[in-house]
Amino acid sequence: MFSFSSIEEYLRDLLHGRTTCKEAVQYFLDNISSAQHLNAFLEVYGAEALQRAAELDQQRQENPNSIGKLHGVVIGLKDVIIYKNHKLSAASKVLEGYEAVYNATAVERLLAEGAIVIGRQNCDEFAMGSSNENSAFGKVLNAKDNTRVPGGSSGGSAVAVQAGLCMVSLGSDTGGSVRQPADFCGIVGLKPSYGRVSRYGLIAYASSFDQIGIFGHNVADAALVLEVVAGEDEFDSTVSNEPVGSYVSNIKSNSDKKYKIACFRQALEHPILDAEIKTSIFNTIEKLKSEGHEIEMVDFDYLDYIVPTYYILTTAEASSNLSRFDGVRYGHRTKEKNVDLSAFYKKSRSEGFGIEVQKRIMLGSFVLSAGYFDAYFTKAQKVRQLLKKATKEIFSQYDLLIMPTVTAPAFRFGEKSEDPIEMYLSDIYTVFANLVGIPAISLPLYQHSNGMPFGLQVLAPMFKEDEMLQFSDKVMEIKAL
Amino acid sequence: MIEITDQLVDNLAELSRLEFDATQKSVIKSDLQKIIQFMEKLNELDTEGVEPLLHISTRTNVLREDEVKGSITREEGLKNAPATDGQFFEVPKVIQK
Repeated sequence: MFSFSSIEEYLRDLLHGRTTCKEAVQYFLDNISSAQHLNAFLEVYGAEALQRAAELDQQRQENPNSIGKLHGVVIGLKDVIIYKNHKLSAASKVLEGYEAVYNATAVERLLAEGAIVIGRQNCDEFAMGSSNENSAFGKVLNAKDNTRVPGGSSGGSAVAVQAGLCMVSLGSDTGGSVRQPADFCGIVGLKPSYGRVSRYGLIAYASSFDQIGIFGHNVADAALVLEVVAGEDEFDSTVSNEPVGSYVSNIKSNSDKKYKIACFRQALEHPILDAEIKTSIFNTIEKLKSEGHEIEMVDFDYLDYIVPTYYILTTAEASSNLSRFDGVRYGHRTKEKNVDLSAFYKKSRSEGFGIEVQKRIMLGSFVLSAGYFDAYFTKAQKVRQLLKKATKEIFSQYDLLIMPTVTAPAFRFGEKSEDPIEMYLSDIYTVFANLVGIPAISLPLYQHSNGMPFGLQVLAPMFKEDEMLQFSDKVMEIKAL
Repeated sequence: MIEITDQLVDNLAELSRLEFDATQKSVIKSDLQKIIQFMEKLNELDTEGVEPLLHISTRTNVLREDEVKGSITREEGLKNAPATDGQFFEVPKVIQK
């Protein structure tokens, strides 16, 4: 009987002939078919995954010494990351029937290392949402409690890992869309530094915020996938030329290192924060101190300004990025005849996009429009500059930063859909990393008295993924003790 | 604080190439009012003399040789288009008689 705990162990089992890629794929396909009610996958590539598994099994038998880093690793892709000759919809009606004509760079790299893509995963439409209630193809359920949201926008990708429907998933994180659902589902969610992973082939929401992120059961699995997908790409000139570390093999290095860690006082004392989350994080701080790490409360006066800044800048970028959906080159086209070009665009777009997406396009048009541009858009860019400076200042004195990932554990369906501000404010701890471009990870450390899991967020300076992962691995070990 | 009027919503819809029925419009209008009011919190911050942050990427002037590569074929480019004549995308007539 197949079971999965880590990629390292799986690869060892494969090489010792204790299991096969085919057995692994079959195991996940069986799990997917008995978990259909969760609505995590929009499409499952069953036959194709089995065939690729058989080919990989054959290759390994012939040449066991030259297998890829992700040989036979069963991966799911959020429905915003393109995979050649497969459908892609961004969970929107506007892209119904669309079939990718090239591979995202991240996908290309996964495949080159032997990964098996098992399907594409449900999400909030165009990655806009914090609860996965905005998908045109229905909500995703949290596997731990089906009355609660899985988080968003990469809800399907998180639930797929949570419920054992694949080994790891790729999602996208513009303001927390990997870390928040990872927190709600009790798994690891990693957002790399801006420019660490190519965005080529990722459907753009807000281009100066978007990063492909990784869901896994443990820190090492996420580190391994990051190592494979990260690095320069001739198709995305915003990708950094900083060398990609050996994230996995270095994960146990510097194990004696004592870290100097900052914690925002305003974050832990914020009235919006759930009392149990606050207590749990304070307990962890004490535990870390007793292990010899230095943790200090620092003042961060900008906390209440980060969510408004985030929504001004991301909606502006979204309104520009989503202008490409015009019903001409791809995507939904209105059936109405005898309309002029302007009406043709309006009908095609309004029939295709869901209401949250249209709302954000409208907001973006507002902050960019004549008369409001300076007061909103430029103002937010200035605040982003202040945030970046403040962050640099903090990291000149500290190695890492810790924070809650969320304000409260997974809420119930419909609970926050009435008030947009309440929904947006629940991103308060995650959008910070995207605003300043730094890497962050959510670690599944805790359980709430309501039965739901929640996590601790660890943030590091730009391109210090290695230190962040080393510390994270250590924190997970402390938890296990 | 700015007041979101029907006229402003109509203007933004025009700029966004979107259209709404009366029910949707009232939802959009009330949400815009709430969200824009929320965004105005930034006015509390003094940003006098601060340069706006225009790029988050750490790279500048990423150049490469001007080689023709990495494109898709015409067939692939047209594959997902709702209407083509086999060579071009088709749109409604732009200039009316």
